[in-house]
Amino acid sequence: MSQPVKINARTITKDEYFYGHKACGGCGESLALRLALKVIGEDAYLSLPAGCMAAVSFIYPNMAFKQNAIITPFASTAAVATGVAAGLKALNKNKLSVGFAGDGGTADIGIQALSGAIDRGEKFIYICTDNEAYMNTGIQKSGLTPFGASTTTTPAGKVIRGNVKPKKNMFEIVAAHGIAYAATASVGYLEDFMMKVQKAKEANGPAYIHVFSPCPTGWGHESDKTIEIAKEVVDNGLWYLAEFENGKFKLNKTPKLDSDVRLYLNAQSRFKHLTDDDIREIEALREEKWERLIKEWS
Amino acid sequence: MKDFKRVPVPTLERLDQYPLGSSCKSFHITDMNAGWRVFKPVIDKDKCVACYRCYLVCPDGAIHQSEDGKFEIDYDYCKGCGICANECKVKVIEMVKEAK
Ligand SMILES: Cc1ncc(C[n+]2csc(CCOP(=O)(O)OP(=O)(O)O)c2C)c(N)n1
Ligand code: SF4
Ligand code: SF4
Ligand code: SF4
Ligand SMILES: [Mg+2]
Repeated sequence: MSQPVKINARTITKDEYFYGHKACGGCGESLALRLALKVIGEDAYLSLPAGCMAAVSFIYPNMAFKQNAIITPFASTAAVATGVAAGLKALNKNKLSVGFAGDGGTADIGIQALSGAIDRGEKFIYICTDNEAYMNTGIQKSGLTPFGASTTTTPAGKVIRGNVKPKKNMFEIVAAHGIAYAATASVGYLEDFMMKVQKAKEANGPAYIHVFSPCPTGWGHESDKTIEIAKEVVDNGLWYLAEFENGKFKLNKTPKLDSDVRLYLNAQSRFKHLTDDDIREIEALREEKWERLIKEWS
Repeated sequence: MKDFKRVPVPTLERLDQYPLGSSCKSFHITDMNAGWRVFKPVIDKDKCVACYRCYLVCPDGAIHQSEDGKFEIDYDYCKGCGICANECKVKVIEMVKEAK
């Protein structure tokens, strides 16, 4: 088995491929795109559906990507990206096709196209930048919004305490297709993320990466805390770093399950309404999840 | 090293200088983001240990390594989010209020 080259700030290209974009200051998704593109390289072809990353890049007459890039209909990122891959193949071009979509564009509206594309076994990369709501249209709940988060469609009131459901299990849904490579990541662990993008590039078939990407505007946190928050959520076990490779799951990091989740929650105004009971429920969900992950994956 | 400010901002003065239809050339950047800043990151170059951290974590790619190995900020595109200052381990980036 070939060991991937060490990827870090010193070894990635100094060239920028995502520049002058209009994402909010401190945007986690834009950082994920910027670094993924450095690993993917200059001559890939990108497909992005409606969502923040398309909205901040293709602002006429601006175009913030160095790579060829296209905006797809909201539901069809993976359909367009595999269509582009087929086109490149027909032209005998040995180039990568990459789709980037948000959590709404992936776990809700784009899930059918994604499932079909993985099922066809086509070589392409799909990166889901998860900011846990439909941000581009004003913070509506998606299937990946966590339990307890206040959004404009799950506002916190006296009776309902924000979103009532935990996150959809997108990583395992994708893995259940028997995909060539899948991984979860976080912008709090950037070397790990870039290493996974490199593995996705080398995968012999479709590859999926789900990257946790804080959104200062939608989450109500200070713009300089994006990385800190994305690291804390992994350290406390509310998010996880894992891979699915050769049909097997692997945990990349074991969290401190007795750590106080308040450090993470209190930094964000979307959780400010939570009571001690709500927080206990979040901790119970964490415990339940990890009991299973540790039993099954390690 | 390549000139980092590689994105020449074209002056769009006549209509025929605008891209036609719904597509345009890649990296067609026509304005700057400097006006977004409330605070401006300033690197103390003498104390910078060239660890690459600020360069890695900037969502805008606005930090680059200069010839002397130290790191520099492209103020045309820095939005002043403060991530670089927060992540610099030796704390040599200061966020300074922009004068108005
Ligand atoms: C078919 C269709 N329905 C709705 C929309 C409106 N719309 C545009 S972007 C967006 C939200 C995208 O959310 P997400 O995929 O999570 O990406 P984010 O903006 O959070 O990065 C919505 C609902 C659309 N463009 N097309
Ligand atoms: S709303 Fe959130 S995801 Fe969208 S550009 Fe702003 S910070 Fe990024
Ligand atoms: S303040 Fe933000 S945008 Fe400006 S250089 Fe630092 S990280 Fe980049
Ligand atoms: S993070 Fe600090 S020490 Fe490291 S390169 Fe940037 S300014 Fe220099
Ligand atoms: Mg989203």
